[in-house]
Amino acid sequence: MTTHSAESTAVIDVEHARPRVRPLRIIGGLLLASVVLALLWFLISNERFEWPVVAEYLFNGSVLVGLGMSLMLTAIGMVLGSVLGTFLAAGQLSDFWPVRMASMGFVGLFRGIPPLVQLIFWYNLAYLLPRISVGVPFGPELFSWSTNDLITPITAAIIGLSLHEAAYMAEIIRAGILSVDQGQRDAASAMGFSRWHTFTRIILPQAMRVIIPPTGSQVIALLKGTSLVSVIAMGDLLHAVQVIYNRTYEVVPMLIVAVIWYLVVVTVLTVIQRRVEDHFGRGTTRIAVKRTARAKERQS
Amino acid sequence: MTMESSGLIVQPRMADGSPLLRVSQVRKRFGDQVALDGASLDVYEGEVVAILGPSGSGKSTLVRCIDQLESIDGGSMSFEGDLLGFEELRGHLRPLTDAGRRRQRRRMSMVFQQFNLFPHWTVLRNITEAPMRVHGVSAGEARRRALELLERIGLADKAHAYPRHLSGGQQQRVAIARAVAVRPRILLFDEPTSALDPELVDEVLQTMKTLAAAGHTMVVVTHEVAFAREVADRCVFMADGRVVEDRPSEDFFTDPRSERLRTFLTRSGRSQNEVAD
Repeated sequence: MTTHSAESTAVIDVEHARPRVRPLRIIGGLLLASVVLALLWFLISNERFEWPVVAEYLFNGSVLVGLGMSLMLTAIGMVLGSVLGTFLAAGQLSDFWPVRMASMGFVGLFRGIPPLVQLIFWYNLAYLLPRISVGVPFGPELFSWSTNDLITPITAAIIGLSLHEAAYMAEIIRAGILSVDQGQRDAASAMGFSRWHTFTRIILPQAMRVIIPPTGSQVIALLKGTSLVSVIAMGDLLHAVQVIYNRTYEVVPMLIVAVIWYLVVVTVLTVIQRRVEDHFGRGTTRIAVKRTARAKERQS
Repeated sequence: MTMESSGLIVQPRMADGSPLLRVSQVRKRFGDQVALDGASLDVYEGEVVAILGPSGSGKSTLVRCIDQLESIDGGSMSFEGDLLGFEELRGHLRPLTDAGRRRQRRRMSMVFQQFNLFPHWTVLRNITEAPMRVHGVSAGEARRRALELLERIGLADKAHAYPRHLSGGQQQRVAIARAVAVRPRILLFDEPTSALDPELVDEVLQTMKTLAAAGHTMVVVTHEVAFAREVADRCVFMADGRVVEDRPSEDFFTDPRSERLRTFLTRSGRSQNEVAD
């Protein structure tokens, strides 16, 4: 049965084959390496970066306080924005048209106004509304506050960023909800689940797969967006370094300090986002594919 | 463990001879399209009723209306003597609240063409969720019942798998177990084998036969003429949103009265032979 050619094939073993030489890849690699080297050289040799100053201020107290404020604003804006956004998304999909119209109006308004304009607007609310009061409409007043006491830079920042974020999150969550198959709703109804149970246990967890990736980008955008609050004298990271360079005139090194912190936080957030995506991908093909791939690796 | 404790055997309750489910003159339209045009149907305790008919005849819409997944535009339905979806309030019929509708739905279960298992939950949680959350069964009891049902349909080893890792036939059997786990008074099937590859149809039909033999009241919308003939007590033929023939199974196939049913049976018989070839 065995022929001569089959025998000679049996002797050949491709395991010891050598990689092919690919000239274009070598040239491309060298080009990229030289660009990286040139960049590094620029960063190191240009004395105007003033790296010692960067090192001196990187862990400066007021810079860290500013960073903490930026993180806090991001967290508050994201939590309030997501909660309000979830209600707005559900409202936009409501079968009761006044709720639908109100939700759509809110999203249209707050998505349409630039966040910087909103921040300045909320900060100057006292001009439009000197006193804020709670009471029966056209009747007696129960509580009343001076708007100037309520609207500080921090409340203006929280209101502005949260409302802006809510409008964006509403759109993201709505898209997520719509991505869930109608059959899931049918099955949940047929089993007698309440609307709330259906929404929180069946629809939202499945919508998460679609909601998480753009939400990760939203968190990053919001973190960077907190730098806008420096215009209303709110002590965020950018404001903290501005205060320092207004005194020392070391503008570039101080901006580098801010850039380093923004990049560190964004990198950490990206890692967290990947983890969360994997978590909510349970039971879907994507994970199944990963698992089989891992199983194959183990076999080999 | 007895058959009864797993929910596979049902004890008859309506002893007064009135139907368990009564559908009378139900009308339903989707926009301009009339889906149900005065459909009527009675289902008695312990009966297996097969609904056959060409596509677009309204048979799926009918079972979806019974489970109140669609609202009806006219006529009425009652289940165990209760009007479905409406109540008399201050001298007029008014739609039930969500909670009222949920209470009525608890006594029925539905199996869908596309299975509609919850993909983010394991097989076990798919089955235990409704008994626990809707019917107040304890976690341990729900789990015990679910594992016993899985044992019976031969999928005990899949309890902790996610639906995506099961074949279509296995998913549909799990969906049937999920429907049975709440011990419904009636089981509704909406074309349970239409989305399956041909070689997976039999295992699902086998599971349904077991349920029928155990005395479950079942309404089955199906294209499986052979199954209807073998398992159903009564067969209902629908066309253009109406029930055209409603007969005991033996007469339905041997002595069809209407021209439309005769044509339908000849055609489906021919296509089944083609499949067999």
